Parts: sequence; structure tokens; C-alpha cells
Amino acid sequence: MTKDIPCMQRSGGASVSRVGALPARGGLGLKPEHFQTILEHLPALGFFEIHAENYMVAGGPFHHYLTRIRSHYPLSIHGVGLSIGGAAPPDEAHLDRLAALLERYAPQSFSEHLAWSSHGGAFFNDLLPAPYHAGTLNRVCEHIDRVQERLGRRMLIENPATYVEFVESTLGEGEFITELVRRTGCGLLLDINNVHVSCVNHGRDPHAFIQTLPLAATGQIHLAGFAEDLDADGHPLLIDSHGAPVAEAVWELFRTVVQQLGPLPTLIERDNDIPAFPVLLAEARRAEAVMAALGDMAVTA
Amino acid sequence: MNTQAKFAAALLDPACPCPSGLKTWTGGDPARRFQVYRNNVVASLIDALADTFPVTLELVGDAFFRAMAGVFVRGCPPRSPILAFYGDDFPDFIGSFPPAAGLAYLADVARLEYLRVRAFHAADSMPIGAAELAGVLADESALPGLRLRVHPSLSVLHSRSAVVSLWAAHQGIGSLAQVVPSEPETALVLRHGLEVDVIEVSPAAGECIAAIVEGLPLGAAVARASSIDEAFDPAGVLGLLLQKSAITALIPSRRES
Ligand SMILES: [Fe+2]
Repeated sequence: MTKDIPCMQRSGGASVSRVGALPARGGLGLKPEHFQTILEHLPALGFFEIHAENYMVAGGPFHHYLTRIRSHYPLSIHGVGLSIGGAAPPDEAHLDRLAALLERYAPQSFSEHLAWSSHGGAFFNDLLPAPYHAGTLNRVCEHIDRVQERLGRRMLIENPATYVEFVESTLGEGEFITELVRRTGCGLLLDINNVHVSCVNHGRDPHAFIQTLPLAATGQIHLAGFAEDLDADGHPLLIDSHGAPVAEAVWELFRTVVQQLGPLPTLIERDNDIPAFPVLLAEARRAEAVMAALGDMAVTA
Repeated sequence: MNTQAKFAAALLDPACPCPSGLKTWTGGDPARRFQVYRNNVVASLIDALADTFPVTLELVGDAFFRAMAGVFVRGCPPRSPILAFYGDDFPDFIGSFPPAAGLAYLADVARLEYLRVRAFHAADSMPIGAAELAGVLADESALPGLRLRVHPSLSVLHSRSAVVSLWAAHQGIGSLAQVVPSEPETALVLRHGLEVDVIEVSPAAGECIAAIVEGLPLGAAVARASSIDEAFDPAGVLGLLLQKSAITALIPSRRES
């Protein structure tokens, strides 16, 4: 059972010192509308997660509040703009900004997506899918190597939610991610909602699919809600909306994972139609209750 | 074109067919599924603009704003993943968007909103104290050569429209019915503590502050303001900047030795 994510010690100047791991507890995405509530009540919570790009600003209230909240809680920094799954290498200017942010807030975890979001200089603000074959595998490994080298730390890569697949793919998503982890030493951010969404969208059994992922390398879990649509043939098409409570099917998968891996840092991801803070806190508490009931509760923080 | 280039091109161009090389597990048509990506991209970027330009949105309504922003998004997607600053050229786009031509004030309201976002995220900087300012002001002969460094959030917008009143009315300050949109107004935007303030100043005061921001010494800044209003008195401007903690350094002129 892997619960600790030791910071990778790289010879090439690890500017971010050992900052430990996220605790194996529930966490929430940090939203500006909740800054003051959090500081007033300091709710019992394992950690907060921010989107790196939202804090790539010079000063003002975002840094004011994050600095204060960081002094009370562990932090996960989750990037959405590195385009690691893309054709082009990660943008060095963006890596510089990330390095500065990580230096400033010393987060316990840094993660990004197996997806692309930029092409030809344009940023699409979406997590777009990549084909899975030997060529893309080599390329994504190079990108992860470069990110880990520049940031001087191990990163987690998140399994995507996808709506289409590519004719040219020769590897399964599980195989592809397993190889990424094996070759680069990165960890897995296991998004269980993405597992559910992708499996429904591509006609797979999520319980079988999840076993193809490198679960032993899981450093963090994401739980989120989805929206429901239909494809052209009337088959269900789930959209990774982050705009609804975590679905029962996703809680069910989460229980299976916790039984197998034990408690892990578990984030409730909510980016749209954000409810009042207590509603989100209740979902994080539910994740902790599942872990308390099923895991061995050997909390590592 | 490779897979990603085809995919990217079709995301922003509704006339572009669904890229080839995609499949679905049922063997059905992937176009509807590709459409999800298209919608996500365009809708999320329109949402980003709606966050930055909420009063502009209220002035034209949701449907008009989303249609206008959609045209902008497809032609000018972000060049950076830092979306807080997406839309710096959206006000110019609005100014030349034919369906909005009847709303002469709209582009300037958008400019004001963008300056507010800039101010919100601008670097932090410690203000000088009143005592320090009083000490420097005591030597009247040195004043014309004195340069003021001001808070990085500070900017001035000269408008031919009533931008401050329009913006304020949408914050529940004053009544929109009483605003005469064609009345020129000058806005001072700055962050004071954690709040961004939008303050109406006289055109001459705006000119003086703009000159100070450009780095001109006080004497030259006052001269520029006086060319607009002969009776301009800089005391009010200095008092306002001091009260808003906006003066961050005083740089005396280098004396010849
Ligand atoms: Fe996620």
C-alpha cells in the first residue's frame, strides 16, 4: 500500500525542499467566495487545492488570502495549463511561473493532467484528449521528465475524462499511464469521476478498467460530479462538469479503491455552480467517513 | 495536418467538420461527441469574459453578450493560460463590433472593468506615511522636481461617456435612470487595501495623475493639468492619493552639484 509520496530527490538542484505529503484525509478546492469563511472558522480539513494558473498574478487579495490559508492547511497545487499531453514541449515561461508559485507556497503536492490545452499559441481552457501509442508515450514521458526536472520534484499525473477515442491509438489508457509512471517516476492522481465518466462514454466496466491503472502509485484522489447527455446514437454521454455533487456510482468506486489502497488524500472537486461552503465540507466529511470505515486509518500526516 | 492540429482547428471554427480519426465504442458518429469539446472551449472562454466584464454583460443582456463574446473568442482565443487577464483587447473589439455601435459607452465601460481586474491582481506595495509626505512638501522649492511613485494598481481612464456613473449604478450606487451616458467622465482606478476603488475625478486631476504615473515630475504633471483647467490645484490630487495609500515612494529631483 502506497500512501506516502516522498518528494523526489533530484541531483539537478531541488529548489523545493522536502515538504512532506498531503494527509490521507478529505480536501476541498479553494474558492475565492469561501476565503473569509475558511479563515473565520478554520474547519477541520486535510488540505486545500488551488488551480496554479489562478494564482499566477502579481499581488492582491488572492495571494493575501492564500498566504493566510496556507499557514493553517497543507496545500495541493493543481495545474490546468501545462498541456503535458500536447505535441509541443511544456512552455518554459509557464514552467518558470509554476516554479515561482511552488517556491512561494511549498505545496505538499503538484499535479497536472494527461491532456493538452494549448496549440499553436492558443490556449483552449479545456482538457483535450491525446491518442495513446508509442509515439505519444515517448513524447509525454519527455514532457513529464522536463516538468519534474525544472520543478525539482515529483509530480502526479491525472487520468482524463474523455468523450472520443482515436483510431490511431494502440495502447489502452491504463497501459499508457502505467508506462508513464514506470518511466518517469511520476505518481498518479486518480480521478475516480473521470474513470466513471470515461468508462460510461466508452462502454467499459469501471471496476475492471480501474485495475489497469498503476494504483500503487496513487498520491491523491479526485471525486467530482458530472452532467448527463446522450450521444448521436442515444447512448449515455457523461460530461465532466465539476458542477454537481459526487454521484453514488463514483462513491461506490471510491469505496472499492479505499478497500484496496487504504486512505488517501481525497479532494472534492467543484468548479461550477459552487454551493455554500458547508455543502462542500459535508462531501469532504463523507469521504473521510468512508476512509474511516473502510481504510486502516493509518493517517500518515 | 497532424491529429492535434486538426482537432485544434475544428474547436474554434464551427464551419470546420468534425476531425477525422475519431471513433466511438458503438461505431456511431463521433461528431456529436466532438461537439462537447467545442462547447466546453467556447462556453468556458465566454464565461471567463463574463467574469471580467459583468457590467458590460448587464448593459447588453446575457444573450447579446454571449453572442458578442463568442465572436471574439473564436477570433482571438487566449494566448496565455492565465485567464484572469484574458480580454485586454475585448474593449477595442466591442468598439468596432457593428451590432454594438449604438452603445457608444459600452467599450469604455469594458475598459474600466478591465482596469479593475488589473488593479485587483496588481503587485502589492507599501504606501509612504503622511509624515514623510508632509516633510517633503515642506520644501516648496523642491516640489516641481519631485517625482511620485504610485501604487502598481493605479490607472486613469478618460472617457467621452459617463463610465463611472454607469458602472456605479450597476453596483447599486445611484440610479441608472439618472445617468446621462454621453456626459464625459474621468475614472481613477486603484486598489486600496484589498478593495478596488473606482473614483470619478476631474479631467485635469486625471491628467495630472496620468502624468505622475508616466513618471513626470510634479511640476510637469501640474502643467499638463493646467492646460486643461487653468485653476487646477494639485493639493486635492495629492490628498486623494495619500488618503488612498497610493503614494509608495517620493523621489526628489537630482540636484546638480
Ligand atoms: Fe480531477
